[in-house]
Amino acid sequence: MALEVLDGGWLTTVQDLGRPGYGRYGIPVSGAMDFFALRVANRLVGNPPGAAGLEITLAGPVLATTEPCLVAVTGADLTFQVDGREMPMGMSVFVRRGSVISFGGRRRGCRAYLAVAGGIEVPPVLGSRSTYLPGRFGGLDGRALRPGDRLFIGPVSGPLPERSGRRAPPHLIPVWDDCPTVRAVPGPQDDHFTPEGLRTFFEAEYRVLSSSDRMGYRLEGPPVAHRRAEIISDGVPPGAVQVPPDGQPLVMMTDHQTTGGYPKIATVVTVDLPLLAQCVPGESRVRFWAVDVSEAQRAYREMMGALDRWERASADDYTKIMTIRKDNDRTKR
Amino acid sequence: MPFVLLFVTFVIQMFPRILPAGDTALVVEFGDRIDPQIHHQVLALARALEREPFPGLRETVPTYRSLLVYYDPRQLLWDEARREVAGALERSAEIPLPEPKEIEIPVAYGGEFGPDIGFVAAHNGLSEADVVRLHAGSTYTVYMLGFAPGFVYLGGLPEALATPRLPTPRPSVPAGSVGIAGPQTGIYGLSTPGGWRLIGRTPMPMLDLRRQPPTPLQPGDRVRFIPISAEEFAAWQGSHGAGSP
Repeated sequence: MALEVLDGGWLTTVQDLGRPGYGRYGIPVSGAMDFFALRVANRLVGNPPGAAGLEITLAGPVLATTEPCLVAVTGADLTFQVDGREMPMGMSVFVRRGSVISFGGRRRGCRAYLAVAGGIEVPPVLGSRSTYLPGRFGGLDGRALRPGDRLFIGPVSGPLPERSGRRAPPHLIPVWDDCPTVRAVPGPQDDHFTPEGLRTFFEAEYRVLSSSDRMGYRLEGPPVAHRRAEIISDGVPPGAVQVPPDGQPLVMMTDHQTTGGYPKIATVVTVDLPLLAQCVPGESRVRFWAVDVSEAQRAYREMMGALDRWERASADDYTKIMTIRKDNDRTKR
Repeated sequence: MPFVLLFVTFVIQMFPRILPAGDTALVVEFGDRIDPQIHHQVLALARALEREPFPGLRETVPTYRSLLVYYDPRQLLWDEARREVAGALERSAEIPLPEPKEIEIPVAYGGEFGPDIGFVAAHNGLSEADVVRLHAGSTYTVYMLGFAPGFVYLGGLPEALATPRLPTPRPSVPAGSVGIAGPQTGIYGLSTPGGWRLIGRTPMPMLDLRRQPPTPLQPGDRVRFIPISAEEFAAWQGSHGAGSP
């Protein structure tokens, strides 16, 4: 055991990169809403990209460490603190046994990610430790953290204190806006909308309603005019923007329903989903910018490529540090 | 003349059509209605891709009239993915589908298990016994699993049973509930909110997360409902465990 939950915060769940491959059974991918932030946090503490961490929403939990551990917090700035002292985000931090990790208050963004070296150990469900709240499975008994919970940490090799202070390069810390413009590829059912409807969608600003959650973001703004407001239900990928008859768009997020019967005007590009994940329901406003698939895929390759390169390079750094340490040990002997 | 030709080509090529669904998926639409022939084409393409997956293929999601194909945009771009899928589409015409599995599903009709059976009967001018007889007397095809984990959409509901949805969905429908929505019937895999008219409930789990695959029914399977009593329902649950989740 390594983390004892004193307060669960507003909504804190165990998430990894999700359980792809089960869409045909109606099971959504789930996983971290800002998958990018989780991957960066994992790398900072030396975990594989898909290790499970905590997704912390709006107001952070209070966690006591019963073992020394190495943590990193990325994503939303919720004022990360250890024993009441603010600690930098985007950096690996060594936390002694008997310390308290807490969050002082939200400054920016919606979802913070806390990774712990070794990863959070909960039983995987269909290959993933992600919590799927509507189905009450995955993560810690399929629910959010609450006081009294104990989180086990996976095994870690090597000393932890030496690994603190590792920072993510600035280009991997996205700068988000409370009111972002996200890119979206028109379709697959853009032909179900009038030209005016399409223009409205790509020009207007939409408020993110407070009922938005991990399943979907409900938007409110100028109604998007349809030619046909219904389709025979078919598959819905994450980021798909469905427009029901009232013309108010719904963006499918990571716990999304796998099929739906409203036409999909556009699909938000994968690398911009984290921007939506950091929008604050009830406060943020979003705009959509049309791009073609090639541009979306170029952006995907660039962003994932940058992340992979850094993950590899910093893994090499770590191996180097460990080799130097071993050499030093040998010389001492 | 060339214009006419162009027009004819356009109409003929309406379906199947391959469309981008963002940067990690594409969708192949075979039509815009619920139809066994169209559904057969969806399953044939899914099977063609399963038998000869292209590098970078991640997953397919078959539905009534389209196949959603996820791929890794780091391995291939949209144009290449579209070509791969178009190739599979050609092959799929010759691929025989396996004999559909026939699965019998025990259902306790009416009472606490099917609180809307009275409404379905009244709406269609039938008795509750007629509803059971008609519903259990048909063979259904699994069209798709979706919206929520393990939810099963079935085709083949007798027209005499078609009933509109509830005006306001229930906040919670028990897992295993069998319902009717318009011309469709289906089974809830999980306890979720829902607006279908409930006529019964099966004790057979529609979702078992410890199993691979996690659902007993797959698209293309044939289903028959076997009426059981409340006692049999309890006994079934007792002998098979409560199921998961």
